[in-house]
Amino acid sequence: MESIYTLINHYNYVITIFLMMGGLYIVISRGNMVKKLVGLSIFQTSVYLLFISPAKILGGTAPILDPAYSVYSNPLPHVLILTAIVVGVATIALGLALTVRVNEAYGTIEEDEILEKDRES
Amino acid sequence: MSALLAQLPALQVVVPLLGAVLAAFCRSGRPAYVVALLVSLAMPVVSGFLLWQTLAGGVISYHLGGWKPPWGIEYRIDVFNALVLMVVSAVGALIMPFAWRSVAAEIDEDKQAWFYCMYLLCLTGLLGIAATGDAFNAFVFLEVSSLSAYVLIALGRDRRALLAAFQYLIMGTIGATFYVIGIGLLYVITGSLNIADIASRMPGAFVVQPHAAFAALAFVAVGLGLKLAIFPLHVWLPNAYAYAPSVVTAFLAATSTKVAIYLLIRFAYGVFGEAIDFRTLPIDQFVMVLSLAAMFLAAFVAIFETNVKRMLAYSSVSQIGYITLGIGMANKAGLTGAIVHLVNHAIMKGALFLALGAVVFRIDSARLENLAGIGRRMPLTMTAFTIAAFGLVGTPGTVGFISKWYLVIGALDEGSLLLVFLIVASSLLSLVYVGRVTEVIWFRDTGPAAAKATDPPLSMLVPTLLLAAAVVYFGIDTTWTAGIAGQAATLLIGDTR
Repeated sequence: MESIYTLINHYNYVITIFLMMGGLYIVISRGNMVKKLVGLSIFQTSVYLLFISPAKILGGTAPILDPAYSVYSNPLPHVLILTAIVVGVATIALGLALTVRVNEAYGTIEEDEILEKDRES
Repeated sequence: MSALLAQLPALQVVVPLLGAVLAAFCRSGRPAYVVALLVSLAMPVVSGFLLWQTLAGGVISYHLGGWKPPWGIEYRIDVFNALVLMVVSAVGALIMPFAWRSVAAEIDEDKQAWFYCMYLLCLTGLLGIAATGDAFNAFVFLEVSSLSAYVLIALGRDRRALLAAFQYLIMGTIGATFYVIGIGLLYVITGSLNIADIASRMPGAFVVQPHAAFAALAFVAVGLGLKLAIFPLHVWLPNAYAYAPSVVTAFLAATSTKVAIYLLIRFAYGVFGEAIDFRTLPIDQFVMVLSLAAMFLAAFVAIFETNVKRMLAYSSVSQIGYITLGIGMANKAGLTGAIVHLVNHAIMKGALFLALGAVVFRIDSARLENLAGIGRRMPLTMTAFTIAAFGLVGTPGTVGFISKWYLVIGALDEGSLLLVFLIVASSLLSLVYVGRVTEVIWFRDTGPAAAKATDPPLSMLVPTLLLAAAVVYFGIDTTWTAGIAGQAATLLIGDTR
């Protein structure tokens, strides 16, 4: 009972870990380059949740200097994740660009077929 | 002048970053090359000044934008980073004169400006990782250097370069994301992102949250392990090095894994070393077993490799094993050996891949059978190649000997004769693959592929010979390599061990 309570209380971390492992599994198990990138994107996104969750305080506002508010959410992780999102976008964009180039060069984006073609040539 | 000197840590990163933007605006190869050449030649001057300052006066703390640490981003330069900065910028500068002809031969003309832009971005990232004292800032620079490295590798002429770049992208991004997860856990338990500040808060946080601290250690170590190609996580490296353009291979092999190793040492000893005594845990044995596996298995694969570029890439995996072995020993001599091998391996692999780049420039192939007898056609290049190759084995009088000397002392301090034996035995394995190439290039009859080859133009020959000379010079005079590495090791783990 205790452990179920803990789980429900930390549901955001449960979601984070689910997304993290799901994303990583897709990257490892799929041979299609686009699917790999989808998994990678999910994996990266789970980290955004991991950072944002502990930063949020229930009932906390944005950090504004005003005597009316005394409870703030921590702005730093939010800013960090803004940077991490930019990095993630750049990575996925580059990954997709490489996929396009691979498709032009090989005519397929399935990794096993690409390796097959390399072995033939 | 002194105002400029105070800004040196920032200049180390800002100059190549602005240079990259400028190179991108040039759009055509020649002006972009001039920008890249000027910037990369200026960088060793900056890091030279930094090294000189740290040797004279200890730690330089630079507050980016005037924000005090731990709130703002701090660039914190001590002897250790200054040494790494020096290695990266010196290799970056030596490669640039070589790059012009090699790039002109290997990369389409309309892409050359972008090549130099990416090269400078990669340099920015690598120097940034070494300069910064902020854990998250290090992640950003890690990704700046990695993303540009993926592009640089994909510029290789062989279509397999594209797949190699993609695989590196997947592995590298997983590694970087693991690193961020580790940083996130560290931030949650210590409330800080400044590496020095995390280190000082770590002992207290470790008592309260030991599991989170261990999880953070595991994530950071695996993440950086992917970037530095520690043994089972090295699969991206051979293809990436084999199919990238020659200049890129030389640059990445000499610098990018080294910078990741620097960051790992910084975390292992600077952050976690304060709180967790590694000798009470089996972590060091674990690292040593992986390192030994790398030293033997990768060297074994290298013996049977027929593409010399791939052979040297596997040799890199094997040599990185020596560095991580020194890290795993966790005593002063071992760590000195790791740091000095970080420098020495950069010099040796720089020389080897540049010499090989000159061969590719002349005969357009790096396959072993095409290299038969090429030593008589390109004597100077191949002399440089041979000197550096024997450095890998650890021949006395070369830098490789110095590294192995310290590692053996570290193993003796550890009280393990078995380790000493294994270090020597793996050197014999590297003698096999080095000997095989040397035999082909010097003692076989000159084949049809090598018949028309001659030594490359001076702009390519001089950097190669300089690096080969450094292999011998630093093998005899070790004040600048082992001396500084010893100081850095003392700084990291103290004189006690």
